[in-house]
Order: sequence, then structure tokens, then C-alpha cells
Amino acid sequence: MFLVDYFKDVYGAMKSLLVGMNRTGYYFTHHKEIITEEYPDNRDTLVLPERFRGEVVMTHDENNEHACTGCSACELACPNGSIKIINKFDISPEGKKKKAIDTFVYHLELCTMCGLCVEACPTAAINMANTFEHSVFNRGLLTKRLNKPDSKLKAGVE
Amino acid sequence: MFSLESLTTLVQDWLNKTFPPTIALLFEFVIVGVLAIALFAALGLVLVIMERKVAAWIQIRLGPNRVGPKGMFQSAADTVKLIMKEGLTPDGADKFLFNLAPFIVMMVAMLVLAPIGFAKGFHIWDINIGVLYVSAISSVSVIGILMAGWASNNKYSLLGAMRSGAQMVSYELSVGLSVLSIIVLTGSLNINDIVLSQQTGWWIFKAHIPAIISFVIFIIAVTAETNRAPFDLSEAESELTAGFHTEYSGMKFALFFLAEYINIFIVCAIGATLFLGGWMPFHIGNWESFNHIMDYIPSFLWFFGKTFFLIFLIMWFRWTFPRLRVDQLLNLEWKYLLPISMVNLILMTLIAIKGWHF
Repeated sequence: MFLVDYFKDVYGAMKSLLVGMNRTGYYFTHHKEIITEEYPDNRDTLVLPERFRGEVVMTHDENNEHACTGCSACELACPNGSIKIINKFDISPEGKKKKAIDTFVYHLELCTMCGLCVEACPTAAINMANTFEHSVFNRGLLTKRLNKPDSKLKAGVE
Repeated sequence: MFSLESLTTLVQDWLNKTFPPTIALLFEFVIVGVLAIALFAALGLVLVIMERKVAAWIQIRLGPNRVGPKGMFQSAADTVKLIMKEGLTPDGADKFLFNLAPFIVMMVAMLVLAPIGFAKGFHIWDINIGVLYVSAISSVSVIGILMAGWASNNKYSLLGAMRSGAQMVSYELSVGLSVLSIIVLTGSLNINDIVLSQQTGWWIFKAHIPAIISFVIFIIAVTAETNRAPFDLSEAESELTAGFHTEYSGMKFALFFLAEYINIFIVCAIGATLFLGGWMPFHIGNWESFNHIMDYIPSFLWFFGKTFFLIFLIMWFRWTFPRLRVDQLLNLEWKYLLPISMVNLILMTLIAIKGWHF
């Protein structure tokens, strides 16, 4: 029985070697599809996957309205404190106080692009953009305010 | 038909006519030395770019593509860079051994080149124990590697060197046995005789399945002996940074690097000689006209074609499989390759005695 197992081992090993070499041999002989990008040369035609995580942005519609309610779920979800949400209280026409976002501070220099904030957001206010050329000469430029000036909460988003 | 043999005899006759025999011999030494170094330099450049291109194509990348047409001058640019760099010797190192080690490794690679037949009647030294000489000298390179590891005074280097030693000592056995199984058939250790014995067909076709088994074992074992992936435990970038040549830089590092590629060339040349007929064109039995057509291709093209085919096979092998662990490596040798090659040798002897081969 020992010998049978031994030869089974040898056979299995040879078979797996051949399967592996067949695969890489296929890649070698079909040198058409290239998975790497010639980046600085193809900057104009660069196509990134839809789910590429470049940086966090807040989507604004044409009326300069966003969907962020200031619930700070993203701030809690962020593992390294890249997000800080500063809230303010709007007075509605009926005289009621309503919580709203004042500044969405995003520290790009701390962000690891994990995307947990996007997953945590209950109203899909933020998402990951495809931009990736983040180099700047001044570190201060990396601390960003995501909500645009004078932007409002979209009606109907609670 | 163009042959290198006439060229060498021409040079020798001219030298002997013009100078006294001793001086002529010295001139021949110089010519051979220059040719060997030129071959080394050319091989280093070609094999490095070939390796990088093969690796890139297998991994669906482009590979080097900036220097020269399709990146073909990349290895030349790298060589210039390595020559320019400072060859640093660490403070705690044993300076003499540290500087000696790359030269030992390189000298071994050069010595092994001696008995290889590059073309019909074109070899440096036609000795009657060619194969024995190759297997004896090639194991000296482990001394250079151990020397480099020990003299670096670095734990990574020492670990890498020790692993390399264990690996070379054990894999030498299967290389020896698989070489022996062809020697059994030819009955001669002379490389020229081995090539001539394949006049009617290469041994890998003539000697049935045992020849194929010993060919596979030979390829696996020489990959391990030249310290290449998947057996590159002595270099193991992820664990040992670079193993025995961690502390080397500049041209001393380049010598190790070059010696690795030269060793690949040499083991592939030996493999091509033993199993694929060296410079012998592809002959089938007694098909006179077919054999005659094949003879029109120059013999050095056959030799280099077969050698580069084997080099490609080893590269293909390298970029397909992950690195083995130390225990797996020694298991593979002592539990699988060695017993199989021993049984295979007995089978081969039976075939040789009974004359069952073609």
C-alpha cells in the first residue's frame, strides 16, 4: 500500500507541474492581453476599474445639494481618524432646531483608501473617486473639505 | 559546409608556422581566454534580458521596454550601472575571503566551460573524463558560496550559504545518477564520444522512457544545483533579503549574478549534450537523405538552439512554481528523486546490456 501511495504522490506531483506549466505556457504564447498599464504614456486614455478606490468625495447634484445628514457614521467607521465631521444646527421655518453638516473634514494624508466610510454611509452621500494623482507640495492641501460651500442637504434625505 | 573546425585548424597552423611551438601555445591560451570571457559577457547580457522578457510574458506584463528597441539594451545599461557602483566591503567582514568569494564562484563557472563541445571539433579541452570533470568542478562553487556567506559576517548571508550547501550536496547525487544513466549507454565519459554516439538519434528518443525520466530528474536537480527558483532557498528574497550575496554590491555582486547565469548555461549545455545530442543535428536512424538535409544546418546552431531551449525550459519552470520550504526541498531529493533515479539507473543498465535501445 505504501508503494501505491508513493506512486500516486509522484503522479499527482507531475500532473500538477504540467498543469501549472500549461497555464504559464498559455500566457507566454498568447502575448496580447497585457494587464499592466504604461502609465505616464497613456495618461489620456487611462481606464481605471469602476471600483478603484482613489479618494473619498461627496457627490453633489446640480442644485449644489448633497445627501450627508451629518450622522458621523463614517467618522466612527474610519479606522485611522481621517474623517472629522463638524455639525451645526439649522433653525427650520417652524422654529425647530435641525442638525445639519457644517464641514466634512477629510484628511487625505491619513487615509488608507479602505472604503469603510463609504460602506458605513446610510444615505450614500460619499463614494470613492478614481483620481489617484494626489502629490502636492504643501501638506496642508491634503486636508480637504468635502461639502462644497453653501451646499444644502437634499430634500427628503433623513 | 561551414564549420568552425576549419577555422581553428587555420589559426593553429598559422600560429605554429609563425612562432615557436611554446609561444604559439601561449597565444592559443590567450585567444581561448579572450573568447571565453567574451562568451561570458555576451551570455550574461543575453540571458538577463531573456529571463526578464520571459518572466514578463509569462506574467502578462511587457517587461523592460525603455532602453533601446523593445528594451533590448536594458541589461547593457544595468551592467554599466553595476560597473560604476562602489564595491563596498562591510567593516565586520573578513576582507580577504569576502573579496575572494565572487572570484572563486566565477572561476568555477569558467573552468566548467572547458570540456563542452560547442560545435563539431570546437571545444576548449577534449578530455576523456569530460562529464566526470564537469560534475567534479561544478561542486566546487559551493565553497565560493559558503565563503561569501561566512565572510559577510551577516546572519542572512550565513543562513543562505548553509542552505545552499545542504541543497547542493544533496542534489548533486541525482544529477550524478541521471548523468550516469546516459553514460551507461555510451560507455564513455568523453563529451565528444557522447555526442558521436547520438549519430542515429538523440538519447532521449533512443532510450525509451527511462531516458525521459532521467531527463526530467536532471532538469529538476540542476535547477536546484544552480540555486534558482523554485529552489532558490539560498537567496529567498522574502526571508533572507538576498542570501549569501546580501552584503555584496557593484561588480562583486555582478560576478555572482553572472556566475548564476553562466552556470545555467553550462548545466543546460551538459543536458543538451547528454540527452539532446549536443551539436549533433536531428537524425532519424538510417534515413540518409533526411539526415543529410539536417546536416546543412551548422552544428553550433544546433548546440546553441538546444541549449537555449533548455534554458527557456528552466526559466518557464522558474516563473511557474512557488519556492519550496527547506524540509520539502530535502524530502523531494531524498525521498523521491534519489530512489527514482537509482531504480531508473538499474533499468537503464538493463536496457544497455540487453541492447534494447535503438
